Amino acid sequence: MKKETINLKKFKSAKETSKPKDLSELTEEEKERLKLLGLDEKLKREGEYVQIDATPLLCRKKIEGLEIFPITEVFKKYDFISDYYWKAVSSEKDEFTKAVAEDLDNGYFIRVLPGYKLVYPVQTCLYIRTENIAQKVHNIVIVEEGAELNLITSCSVHPHIGSALHIGVSEFYVKKGGKLTFSMIHVWGEKTDVRPRTGIIVEEGGTYISTYVSLFPVRNIQTAPVCRLLGKDAKASFISIIANYPGSYVNIGGEVHLEAEETKTEIISRNVVYGGENIARGKIIAKAPKVKGHLECQGLMLSDEGIMRAIPELDSHFYDVELTHEAAVGKIAQEEVEYLMARGLSEDEATSLIVKGFLTVKIEGIPPALQAQIDKTLELAKLGF
Amino acid sequence: MKILLEIKDLWVEVEGKEVLKGINLTLPVGQTHIIFGRNGSGKTTLLMTIMGFPSYRIKHGKIYFKGEDITNLPPYERAKKGIGIMFQRPPTIKGVKLRDILKLCAKENNIKIEELAQTFQFEKFLDRELNKGFSGGELKKSELLQLLVQNPDLVLLDEPESGVDVENIQLIGKMIKKLLQKDTPHKPRNKSGLIITHTGFILQYVAADLGYVIMDGEIYCKGNPVEIFEGIQKYGYEGCKKCLKRFSW
Repeated sequence: MKKETINLKKFKSAKETSKPKDLSELTEEEKERLKLLGLDEKLKREGEYVQIDATPLLCRKKIEGLEIFPITEVFKKYDFISDYYWKAVSSEKDEFTKAVAEDLDNGYFIRVLPGYKLVYPVQTCLYIRTENIAQKVHNIVIVEEGAELNLITSCSVHPHIGSALHIGVSEFYVKKGGKLTFSMIHVWGEKTDVRPRTGIIVEEGGTYISTYVSLFPVRNIQTAPVCRLLGKDAKASFISIIANYPGSYVNIGGEVHLEAEETKTEIISRNVVYGGENIARGKIIAKAPKVKGHLECQGLMLSDEGIMRAIPELDSHFYDVELTHEAAVGKIAQEEVEYLMARGLSEDEATSLIVKGFLTVKIEGIPPALQAQIDKTLELAKLGF
Repeated sequence: MKILLEIKDLWVEVEGKEVLKGINLTLPVGQTHIIFGRNGSGKTTLLMTIMGFPSYRIKHGKIYFKGEDITNLPPYERAKKGIGIMFQRPPTIKGVKLRDILKLCAKENNIKIEELAQTFQFEKFLDRELNKGFSGGELKKSELLQLLVQNPDLVLLDEPESGVDVENIQLIGKMIKKLLQKDTPHKPRNKSGLIITHTGFILQYVAADLGYVIMDGEIYCKGNPVEIFEGIQKYGYEGCKKCLKRFSW
């Protein structure tokens, strides 16, 4: 069986699980794991959504101008949802989108009304608690004209469950002059399979920044968000920070269609390979003149047991464009390790610091709270040999 | 006189090539010694071997630090025991800030990093990536700041003046003096230094107690550092060879 293929039939429906009443029913260990993902009472946020298996457990907003609902409620509430539902991602895309279209568990709907710029993040958490289920979610985020939203999504599984599958369809719409910073910090399990299917549409002057952080083992993840920049001056950035472990198959892509003049994009990935198979794909398609795109992929190999593939692709349909890419795969420089050893660090400590440094990407435009969360995740992940 | 570092008949190979051929050296506590030598004479190899880097293979001989045989210890153990090195060409470490390294160097030393950096007008560099885009002088300041925080008993300085402009050399001299406790001449010293140089100009800023000339992996001459430097300036290293023929020791 190809690594991309997953036998959907072997997973149970998430709807068949026992439903906890609220978050207090979670064990201390589970609460700790969610805290690690940033679901911490002490952190300021504008709103939150927590879904366990198929059940939304928490859905609240703290300020005006923000709407958060379980998506199943929105179908009854808003007629306009049909303008967004399956419009950025096709339900026929593959077996995973079809599975979500046929049997939806739930998901979140978040909308920021025109002109509202939210200061603190909105946090969502999709958590799998039950063994051997497929969690099928569909999320829609709309950032209306001139609005701003920082959305942090944390996904995780129960610390002790075996096999599980997460399929997440996400459709994001950034209207004229809006800004969406979308960040995923994932702590999957060594037996979790993950299939996010994401589509993004950005209008004139809008900005979309996506950061994907996965520093803990996952069995199999394959994703390739497709972003269309439809209006002049629209921008999109994709940053992924990945640690790949033995037994893991991590295939992260990103495709940006520059469909209007003066649109810009960058796709940056940093991958540390301890083992397993890591594929970093990026594709930029220039469908209008006067556009700019840059792809950057760097891999650090820490073992002979792993495979790293960097696949950059640039397509242009016009001559007046600026598309560039750079890719590099290599090992840790011994000179750097020795330098740090001369400052009193053991070989392991030195390696860990170099890896952390390698994975530290300065991301323009992300809120300090998110940067702090990424830094914290980097601290907690064991990044030495 | 208490001895801090003692090297006995040290033979070292780098990538299969014999570079050091029977070095003997004794450095007492509180003293600074300076080693002159051309590029390729074996100076850097000597410092790297004292620090314990694995690509410098000791074929024969011993290194004692504070009376303990450290010949087979890894660099971080030597650093913990009190040896620090200033690299001539330190590497850039991506994503790691100078501040991060300083915190690691400080360990339990209660040193106020911000204040110390301000003293040497280097506070703006604390949050920059280590050595990335630093000029020659900035690299030296970064190295010396790390050593000041690390506070070693033995400081190994590899060409401290190379690539430094006139404006910065005085400040670098000041930092080295502080590191070697030469800024408080009336107090007893317990810090020692081993400086290697091929130009010798550092002597104008940091006084040394004893000088050596190293050629082809051997120490050829030992004596007053200022006199040795004057001799090298006048006659070059070729002169050292002729001199040796006359006054072999």
